[in-house]
Amino acid sequence: MTRTDPLDVPRPDAQLHFGVFFQGVNHWTIWSAPDSGSQIDPASFRRVARTAERGLFDAFFLGEGLRLREVDGRIHDLDVAGRPDAITQLAALAAVTRHIGLVSTSNSTFNEPADLARRLSGLDLLSEGRAGWNVVTTDNAWTGANFRRGGYLDHADRYRRAEEFLTVARALWDGWQDGAIAGSTGAPAWSAPSAVHRVRHQGAQFDVDLAPTLPRSVQGHPVIFQAGDSGEGRDFAARNADVIFSAHGTDFDDALAFAEDIRRRLRAVGRPDDDVRILPGTEIIIGATEAEALEKKRWIRLQQVTPTTALGIAGALWGFDLSDRDADGPLPKEDPVVSENDGSFGSRRIADPRSVVSEWRAKAEAQGWSLREAVIHLGPQRGHVGTPSGLADRFTRFVRNGAVDGFNVTPYLIPDGLDDIVDLLVPELQERGVYRTEYTGTTLREHLGLREPLTRRPASEQRQAG
Amino acid sequence: MSGSALHLAVELDGDGAHPAAWRRAAHSPDQLLTPRRLAGTATVAENAGFTLVTLDDGPLPPGASPNPVGRIGAVERAAFVAASTTTIGIAPVVAVTYAEPFHVSSQLASLDHISEGRAGWVVAEEDRPEAARTWGRPEVSGPAARARESRDGVRVARALWDSWEDDAVIRSVATSRYLDRERLHYIDFTGESYAVKGPAIVPRPPQGQLVVLGRPDSVPAAQLDVALVTGRDLATVAGAAASAGTPLVLAEVEVALDTPDATGAERVADLERYASWTDHGRLRLTGSAEQLVLLLAELSTVVDGVRLHPLVIDEDLPVLSQRVLPALSDRHLVTRRLPGTSLRTTLGLERPANRFAAAAVQEEAR
Ligand SMILES: Cc1cc2nc3c(=O)[nH]c(=O)nc-3n(C[C@H](O)[C@H](O)[C@H](O)COP(=O)(O)O)c2cc1C
Repeated sequence: MTRTDPLDVPRPDAQLHFGVFFQGVNHWTIWSAPDSGSQIDPASFRRVARTAERGLFDAFFLGEGLRLREVDGRIHDLDVAGRPDAITQLAALAAVTRHIGLVSTSNSTFNEPADLARRLSGLDLLSEGRAGWNVVTTDNAWTGANFRRGGYLDHADRYRRAEEFLTVARALWDGWQDGAIAGSTGAPAWSAPSAVHRVRHQGAQFDVDLAPTLPRSVQGHPVIFQAGDSGEGRDFAARNADVIFSAHGTDFDDALAFAEDIRRRLRAVGRPDDDVRILPGTEIIIGATEAEALEKKRWIRLQQVTPTTALGIAGALWGFDLSDRDADGPLPKEDPVVSENDGSFGSRRIADPRSVVSEWRAKAEAQGWSLREAVIHLGPQRGHVGTPSGLADRFTRFVRNGAVDGFNVTPYLIPDGLDDIVDLLVPELQERGVYRTEYTGTTLREHLGLREPLTRRPASEQRQAG
Repeated sequence: MSGSALHLAVELDGDGAHPAAWRRAAHSPDQLLTPRRLAGTATVAENAGFTLVTLDDGPLPPGASPNPVGRIGAVERAAFVAASTTTIGIAPVVAVTYAEPFHVSSQLASLDHISEGRAGWVVAEEDRPEAARTWGRPEVSGPAARARESRDGVRVARALWDSWEDDAVIRSVATSRYLDRERLHYIDFTGESYAVKGPAIVPRPPQGQLVVLGRPDSVPAAQLDVALVTGRDLATVAGAAASAGTPLVLAEVEVALDTPDATGAERVADLERYASWTDHGRLRLTGSAEQLVLLLAELSTVVDGVRLHPLVIDEDLPVLSQRVLPALSDRHLVTRRLPGTSLRTTLGLERPANRFAAAAVQEEAR
C-alpha cells in the first residue's frame, strides 16, 4: 500500500479522532471467549475508559435502549444485554478519568428537557467540560410501555420533539451568565441575581417556565452528537449537531458520499461545512500480517454469529421463524414473507427482503456457502481489518480526503478489546502525523476542534432558526 | 436496642443545613459545584467513619437569592462520589412525585453497580407546584396524591430491581444463550396513574435491593428499609421510632457544634443575620462535641442510628470527624464499617431474596 501524499489531498492537516463505543446490547461483543469480561462490573468500564485515555481518544460513548429486545414476543436471549444508565455511569467515570469525553445517548422522547438538560449539565460540571449528548429519538409504543405516558409519539413528530427539546435544553444551559457565582463568601449574594435567567418557553411540545439550577461548564455546552440516517435525521444533524455518529465508515466511497451530503446540508442551513465531525461506528481487527488479521476476523465472526444467531438474523430477513433449521446447511428454499410488522423490536426493518434473499441465494450458490456463512459474508459488513501499518494508511486516506473525521470504535471484546488499537495502531497513526501525540485541550469540545456552541456564537454567525 | 452502636449518616448537600451556610464556607461560592469540592467532603466523611452520606436534591433551585441557587443532580453526584470513595454508603435523595420510575430505578441500580453495593435511596416528595412544570406534568397536589406517587414509584423501582434474577446472565456456550429468559421477568405493574411493563435494562443490583430510606408518613413502612424520623425532643423521636414499623430507624439531628474559632451558638447567630434556619421539626443540638456525644448516647437507646445535618459542612464536619466520632468509637457507640461490605451488610440488613425467583421455587415445590 502506498501512503497518501500529504500534499495531494483536500485536507492535508486533518487529524483522526477516536471514540470508543462500549456497547450494551448487540451480538458483536463476544461474550463466549474466556477473556470476555463482565458487561456491568464497574471495573470493565474503568478499564475501557482508561485504555482509551491512554490511547488519547476523544470520547467514551454509551448507547441507550429502554426496553429489552424481544423477538416474537419473547425476550431475545442470544446477545449481550443489560447495561447501566448512561449518565449515571459516565458521572462515575468522570471521577476516574481526566481527559476523555463522556458521551451519553439519551432519547428525547421518554425524557423531559428540564430534567435531562440538568443531568447533562451535572455531568459536564463533574467532568469539567467533557460531556456529550447523543440525541436519539424513540417513538415506539413498545418502549413507551415502561413509562408513565405510554407510547404516544407519531413517527413524524419525533424529530420535531427532538428539535424543540434541544432548543429548551440550550436555553437552560445558557440561563446563567458566565461568572454568575460570587468569588468570595463576603459577596452580597451567592450569585448575582441578574446573572441567572428564567427560561420561559412555550411551544408545540413543551411549556417551560423555570429557573435553571446550573452554570455552564468550561466547554459552554455538552457536545451534541446525532445518530440517525434518514433525510430528517441528517437535516436535524445539520441544524443542531456537533458530531454525527454515522453508519458510513467501512467503504471509502460510501463514507465520502455521506460526508459530502452532510457538508451540503450544513451549507444549506448557513453553517460552515467543517462545523460537524463525522465519526462512523467501526470495528477494528488487527493482525501482525494481513493473513493473520483475516484469520482473526474469521474467528471473531464465528464467535459473533453463532449458529443460533445466524438463524435469528436469517429469520428476520425471511420474515418467519427459522430456528429449527440447520445453520450449517443450505439457505431456506421458501421465499421471504413481507409483513408490516416483523414482530421483533430494536432491530432494523429490511426494506426489500425479496431482492436481498435472491442476491444471497446467488452468491451462496456461487461460493458454496452455508446459511451461517452467508449471514457472515453477506450481512452488514462492518469494520476494518489489517495490519497496524495498512490500517494507518487506510485511515489516513479516509480522513485526509474528508470521508470521515475519525471513528467511534466498537471493541469486539470487553474489557481488553482496545489494547491492540492503542498499543499498535495509534503509534502508526502518530508516525504519519494524523493522530495527536498528547491532549492539547481539556474539554471534549477542544479535543474535537469544535467551535463555540451554536447558541453562543456572534449573531452574524448563527444559523437561521430551524 | 438500649445503648447499642449507632449507624451514623451525614447529609452533605451544598454548604450545610443553614440556608446561609455558604457565608461561613472554607471555599468561595464558585467552588461549590466543582468535582474537587464534592470528592473532598465525601472523602472526609468516609475517613471519619460515617456509614452513609446522603445528598439532597430537587428540580428547583435549592435556595432563593441571595443564597445558593445551584445544585448538581444528586444521582450524578452520588455516582461521582461512589467512584471517588471505597467504603462509605451513598444515598441520593430522589423524589418520584413526577420523575419516571423506570429511569429512577435504572439510575439507582446503576449506582449500586458502580459503588459495588454501597447505594441507598432517600425517597422524597416534591410538593412545590412549580416542580410540575419542570416535568411537563399536571400538578400532583395534596399529601394523599403525593403519597400515592411515592408508593407506586418505590414499588415499581423495587419490582424492576428484582426483574432480573441474580444469575440471569448465563453465558451458556453450549446453547449459545447469553441470557436465561426464564430468569427475566415482566413486572406488569398497573397503578392508579400509570403502568410499567419491565423488565429492567440494568441487571439486578449487587445488593439485590438498594437500601430504601424515607419518612414513614409518606412511604408505606413495608416499602422502607430505614425510616427517617423527626421530633424536637427525645420522647417524640422515641414515639415515632416505636411506631415506624421498619427494620431500622434513623433519627434526624441538626447540629451546630462549637469549633476552635466560635461556639455553635455564635455561628448560628452569625448566619441568622442573613436568613433563618428552617425548622423541620427535628432534634437540633447547638453546643459542644461532648454534648452531642451525650445526646447520641441517649438516642442509642431509642433508634438504630442518626442522620446528622451539619450547620456548615466545612466547620462542623471537622469537629464530627476529629472529636465526635472518635469519642463514640471509644464508647463503642458507633458501628464499624468493613471494607468490601455492602451497605446492607453494614446496616445488618439481609440481602433480600428475589421475589420472582422465590415465586418460581414455590411453583416447583407444588
Ligand atoms: C450508529 C447509530 C447508533 C445508534 N444508537 C442508538 C442508541 O444507542 N439508542 C437509540 O435509541 N437509538 C440509536 N440509534 C437510532 C437513531 O437515533 C434513530 O432513532 C434511528 O436511526 C432512526 O432514525 P432515522 O430514521 O433518522 O435513521 C442509532 C443510530 C445509528 C445510525
